[in-house]
Amino acid sequence: MKYCVTEKIGHEFLNLAEALGGAALMIKSVAFWLVRAKFEAGEVAKQAVKIGVDSFTVTALTSFFTGMVLALQMGQSTKNLFNEPLYIGTMVAFSMLKELGPVLTSIVVAGRAGAVVTAEIGTMQVTEQIDALYTLGTNPTRYLLVPRYLAFLITLPLLTVFADFIGVFGGCIVGMVKLGIPSSVYFDDILTYLEIGDFMHGFLKTYVFAFMIATVSCYKGLNTRGGAEGVGKSTTEAVVVSMVLVMVLDYFISAALVAVGI
Amino acid sequence: MIEIRNLVKNFPGRKVIDGISAEIREGELFSVIGPSGTGKSTFIKCLIRLLRPDSGEILVDGQDIAAAKNEFVLAKIRRNFGYLFQEGALFDSLTVLENVSFGLKYLTDTPKSDYPRIVKEKLALVGLKDVEHLKPAELSVGMKKRVSLARSIAPSPKYMLYDEPTTGLDPVTTGMVKDLITDMRAKLGITSIVVTHDLNLALEISSRVAMLTGGKFVEVGEPAKFRQSENPAVKEFMEISHLSRK
Repeated sequence: MKYCVTEKIGHEFLNLAEALGGAALMIKSVAFWLVRAKFEAGEVAKQAVKIGVDSFTVTALTSFFTGMVLALQMGQSTKNLFNEPLYIGTMVAFSMLKELGPVLTSIVVAGRAGAVVTAEIGTMQVTEQIDALYTLGTNPTRYLLVPRYLAFLITLPLLTVFADFIGVFGGCIVGMVKLGIPSSVYFDDILTYLEIGDFMHGFLKTYVFAFMIATVSCYKGLNTRGGAEGVGKSTTEAVVVSMVLVMVLDYFISAALVAVGI
Repeated sequence: MIEIRNLVKNFPGRKVIDGISAEIREGELFSVIGPSGTGKSTFIKCLIRLLRPDSGEILVDGQDIAAAKNEFVLAKIRRNFGYLFQEGALFDSLTVLENVSFGLKYLTDTPKSDYPRIVKEKLALVGLKDVEHLKPAELSVGMKKRVSLARSIAPSPKYMLYDEPTTGLDPVTTGMVKDLITDMRAKLGITSIVVTHDLNLALEISSRVAMLTGGKFVEVGEPAKFRQSENPAVKEFMEISHLSRK
């Protein structure tokens, strides 16, 4: 029994090492084709629409209600402590810009666009369309992966900026309607205490998240085996891994940015 | 000419191709037959390096595709090949026009303005017309196979590889695909390699037939000679396929 458990653990480690090695080789290939291949603006734009524009509504709704609930909870807490809602704008803006905007947007994009990318590439893999690309003189990395990487890197930071604004706006509405804070006070609060570094703290994270989501989604797609069932399995794994990695990376990037004073 | 020398390909715990050697001459139609799971698709995928052989040489007009290390050298050798996939492998997100012109874009210097004309010609060659605007999901299985064939021949390959071309087709469409394969060879002079479990098809269209079993070619010969083979594996396969030795 003990042997079985250790064997299983060893097997899992080997799988992990193989996946990390495979992902590293894929990233190397993406970097190679990014430099060598002709830039296909049309394909990047098509992917940017699929990944970014199509995720906008869900992202906007998520951040809007997150901003609202933040304002409500903080308003109630400060009311209980100080008998009036204090620094609501500042707290909502800090939370949205530094943490919730980038993290929630990345989770939404991983769940929506990441799943689409894995399913699409996975289906192409199991139906031999990837092999067909090779036979037609096209490297799949160049044709499929580079545009998707670029699309993730362009759209995720932009979506996060929108999410930040929408979240702060949601907080403002609750501040005005439920807590009786004039919008001028709410925004004055934000402009007084918020610095560009606070915005950059969240904004810079999104590039790491975008790169990670693109890598996980593409890697899982390319390594899909076993027909329709395999596509489903890869897609689920890609979403779960991406979401967990967003959380894990968030801590380490935050710690690194804090250490360098951003 | 394609020369295969001592080709070996293993998968974990399984020897699939075990030292195959063969010569495929210019203009001939060479078929590889054998029951499912004997490594026919592995063999054909090794020829175009969709799978990397463990050892051996595959000389395509003197260039060893098995040993090609550089991505660009590999792409240059692959340029000589057209490949008809078992299920067609058409790109779902592209129209028929975009699918058929795909190879023209990436393998040739054909001006973009010529694509519609060439695509129309190639589609006519496989018996299709006015389907350029359709997506693969709107095509029948037989039409998909024909569009896929048009896509493969559009860049004018020297060699054409067919992976189980009649699998999953009804008898009428099978007859149509059979005629297309012979037409491609007759009209375009393309050297063709067909892997199939359809012995009837192989004996009818091929200039030579090879029987793959146990990772080796146990019999290679012209159809008439092949029918007379005393090899037990060939005899058994003929019996299973309900074919007379005459």
